[in-house]
Amino acid sequence: MAHEAIHTDAHDPLNVTNPEHAQHHIVTPLQYGYVYVTLLLFTGITAAAAYVNLGWANPVIALAIACFKAVIVILFFMHAAYQSRLIKMTIGAGFFMFLVLVTMTLTDYISRAWGLW
Amino acid sequence: MDSALATTDPNMPETEVHAEHEHVALPQHRHHFETEEQQREAGSFGMWLFLLTEIMFFGGMFFAYLLYRNWYYPAFAVASNQLSVPLGTINTAVLITSGFCMAIGVWAAEVRKKGVLVAMLLLTTVFGLIFLGVKYDEYHEKYELHHIPGDSFNTSMFTNPAGYGIKEEPLAPDMAQKTQIFFFLYFAMTGMHALHMIIGIALLLWLTWRAQRGDFSSGYVAPIENFGLYWHFVDIVWIFLFPLLYLINRHPLH
Repeated sequence: MAHEAIHTDAHDPLNVTNPEHAQHHIVTPLQYGYVYVTLLLFTGITAAAAYVNLGWANPVIALAIACFKAVIVILFFMHAAYQSRLIKMTIGAGFFMFLVLVTMTLTDYISRAWGLW
Repeated sequence: MDSALATTDPNMPETEVHAEHEHVALPQHRHHFETEEQQREAGSFGMWLFLLTEIMFFGGMFFAYLLYRNWYYPAFAVASNQLSVPLGTINTAVLITSGFCMAIGVWAAEVRKKGVLVAMLLLTTVFGLIFLGVKYDEYHEKYELHHIPGDSFNTSMFTNPAGYGIKEEPLAPDMAQKTQIFFFLYFAMTGMHALHMIIGIALLLWLTWRAQRGDFSSGYVAPIENFGLYWHFVDIVWIFLFPLLYLINRHPLH
């Protein structure tokens, strides 16, 4: 309780109960509104972009927009931007682990028929 | 329930604990946490660990999609073109709206507005049900077209698209059979997503009842916040499902 008044971003080893100062942040409805409008806008863009022939770029653009939408949902709707470093690291580690698994499995599939395509 | 627990638990020497922690009876500050912030962070941490297992669960299906799409691309493109982009786009907007209502609900719980919280949880539920209704309509259309994988699956629309008035290149019979893999993944992925939404809606009804009782408008936000994380996660899964399933190679139609 003694450390409650001090809020900085820095790690504070003296504060044994809350070393990351996981202070509580309330996201306002206005911020949620901005995120909501952005998500709807990019939903429209991704649907429209699918009808334009861009060759190999079509799936790349669709996935880039999906990733952008997912990131702003995670950062603001899910409050990741305002969480402690422990939780940010946890989220990042999860997605990183997923990418590692996909990459290694794909490497296996690609290399099995090496040169036979 | 929680306050009763704090005073009747026989394992807890009440007098000593009360002397140390004056907030011992509050659900947002249980006796085994030093501070409310510590309890909140521990709860969020646990919820995120659960969501990571969900990423791995859906991730396996996304990987299967990635691989088979590369192996049987013509079948995937033609089968994907049978999904309705307008319905998919509307459903994406409906789900994002549901998520927005949930986010406002979390804010309402934080600032202790009981009426707004209950209204937002109900709106979240309503938009979730609309999404499932549209999804049911899409599934029913696939049922009528015999596009559900299995014995009664019909590939004639893909081997003879001109006969159905569809502007597509006809597929060879063996490649046309691979459209079953697309539809299998479509039903598996959107079906697991819909199951998560049905579970979410059941939880929402329970949370709405508790919110109406006043459980979450006196500083105890964790169940609302953690359910919000779950609901937004389900949103994110759909944000990826929509382009991957509905928007493959749309331009040949024009």
